[in-house]
Amino acid sequence: MRRLTPFAPWALFALLLAVLPVALRNDYHLSLLNFIGLHTILVVGLNLLMGYAGQISLGHAAFFGVGAYTSGILTATYGVNPWLALAAGLALAAGLAVLIGIPALKLRGYYLAMATLGFGVIVYIFFVQAQGLTGGPSGLSGIPALSLPGFTFHTPLRLYGLIWTATLGILALSAGLVDSRLGRALRALHDSEMAAESLGIHTQRLKLLIFVWSALYASLAGSLYAHTLNFIAPSSFDIMFSIKLVTMVVVGGMASIWGSLLGAGVLTLLPELLVVFHDFEVVIFGGVLMVVMIFLPRGLVRGLLDLWEYRHFRREGRTGG
Amino acid sequence: MASEIFVAVLQYLISGLTNGAIYALIALGFGIIFNATHIINFAQGEFVMLGALCAISLYQVFPSLPAAFLGATLLVTLLGLLFERLALRPVQDRSPLTLIIITVGGAVLLKGLAMLWWGKEAYNLPPFTGATPLHLGPATILPQNLWVLGVAALLVAGLEAFFRLTLTGKAMRACAYNPVAARLAGIPAMRMVQLSFGLSAALGAAGGILIAPLTLGVYDMGTMLGLKGFSAAILGGLGSSLGGVLGGLVLGVAESLASGLISSGYRDAVAFFILLLALFLRPQGLLGGKG
Repeated sequence: MRRLTPFAPWALFALLLAVLPVALRNDYHLSLLNFIGLHTILVVGLNLLMGYAGQISLGHAAFFGVGAYTSGILTATYGVNPWLALAAGLALAAGLAVLIGIPALKLRGYYLAMATLGFGVIVYIFFVQAQGLTGGPSGLSGIPALSLPGFTFHTPLRLYGLIWTATLGILALSAGLVDSRLGRALRALHDSEMAAESLGIHTQRLKLLIFVWSALYASLAGSLYAHTLNFIAPSSFDIMFSIKLVTMVVVGGMASIWGSLLGAGVLTLLPELLVVFHDFEVVIFGGVLMVVMIFLPRGLVRGLLDLWEYRHFRREGRTGG
Repeated sequence: MASEIFVAVLQYLISGLTNGAIYALIALGFGIIFNATHIINFAQGEFVMLGALCAISLYQVFPSLPAAFLGATLLVTLLGLLFERLALRPVQDRSPLTLIIITVGGAVLLKGLAMLWWGKEAYNLPPFTGATPLHLGPATILPQNLWVLGVAALLVAGLEAFFRLTLTGKAMRACAYNPVAARLAGIPAMRMVQLSFGLSAALGAAGGILIAPLTLGVYDMGTMLGLKGFSAAILGGLGSSLGGVLGGLVLGVAESLASGLISSGYRDAVAFFILLLALFLRPQGLLGGKG
């Protein structure tokens, strides 16, 4: 029985996912859930990088954009099969991540933050300027939906099935990764790079691997996004979006797979549910980032739980003696 | 034909050096904070924006440019001191990752607040001494360009004198070399860290006020300027003051020449291309030591 327990939350979650569309029966709510799924894929990848490898990417929106634009351009302009285009996006994102990661990770410290920031700005400018290829500021439209033989993913419900199958797969894959030998090596790396190295862990290669891994997630999410909306524009891939992704990681808690789902969920829903949020969006994201990192660096939920436990046990300690 | 190109290049050189001087001021701000704390302060660009917008607002209330300049610089300096005290000093987990995220959050927060306060429109600040272009051989130069270059040079020289000649400046340098030893020698290291934030906020604000008459002041100007100042700091060697100045000027000129001679749409990409190139080829910067 004990061996089954780790699978219980997964089974429950899969069940919840299956029931939700029946309960909602509303296209708007479904597409909202679809965005949460896409954001979750992005945030899990960034969380692996931040929470486990201890590095930060301030240009993750660019990898998201590389996936979206590769899929969009290849399918809408050149009529390539969407699944092939998706694979091309993955290959391009991985190639770019290797190109940036190798030199930036060779240096100790936070050069990856700076390199990804620069990369993010350049990619964004490219999306805006390369009008012949990307459609420029007004965007690229006419991106076809993904399809299997005899089945097209073009309604919110069908897309829900596609996106959340992908999201569940990515979550399970990431949880498996974290629990593997590689995951233990990552945690060692996060705690002390020097100690990890002395244990024979090739830290630089490991960090590069996770960076490329997270870029692949982002590109996958980007391709799915392009085929979901059938339209993409540069403004979805700017620095602010990279920072929103970092905020989602921070709110959900670093080094937490389920936290990524929570962070993506909360920060995708809030702007939609609260109309006032719109005017104050930038202020709220900035404020949340600062407050959580200053007072609850383990993440909002973990931090609040820690606080509660601390008080709870202090009180118990007092009554107990 | 050849002389036309010469004039054009000269013109690009002038505007490049002007922007470069601003990047240099911002780069110095990054360097001062990095030396004191090893933090990359991603909110640096927002100090520039706040300098420009505060000066513009002050000028609207009381139309005197020197008063607006001093008043805005003072306000932003206070904000820099406050930022260190409220956002960075209370942090328990002082890993670079945490500190980077906090300054990024600070940048976003300041930008958002500026948008709420000033709105999204761009504001104008009159040039310090008229807008009649001066002739420099075949090229023309605005008086404001000269103001930017002159005041920036003065600030850099003043900063260097502060670090070399005054006791406080020497104490700050001691903290940068070895904080523990500095504390043992009786230097209040925490005060020096706070001072570094005040100083770089002041430099940023001054840069913003100087450039405002040429580019207008708007709530989102800080992000790009901050990132470019940062690129300049990396290019010159983070923490080296001469490197920051050199990096700023090189970056400004390269950007101006590239946008003039190749394509203006990619103007902003040039700085980041140079940043990536510098990170890959010479991460210690042009003037940085090994390591």
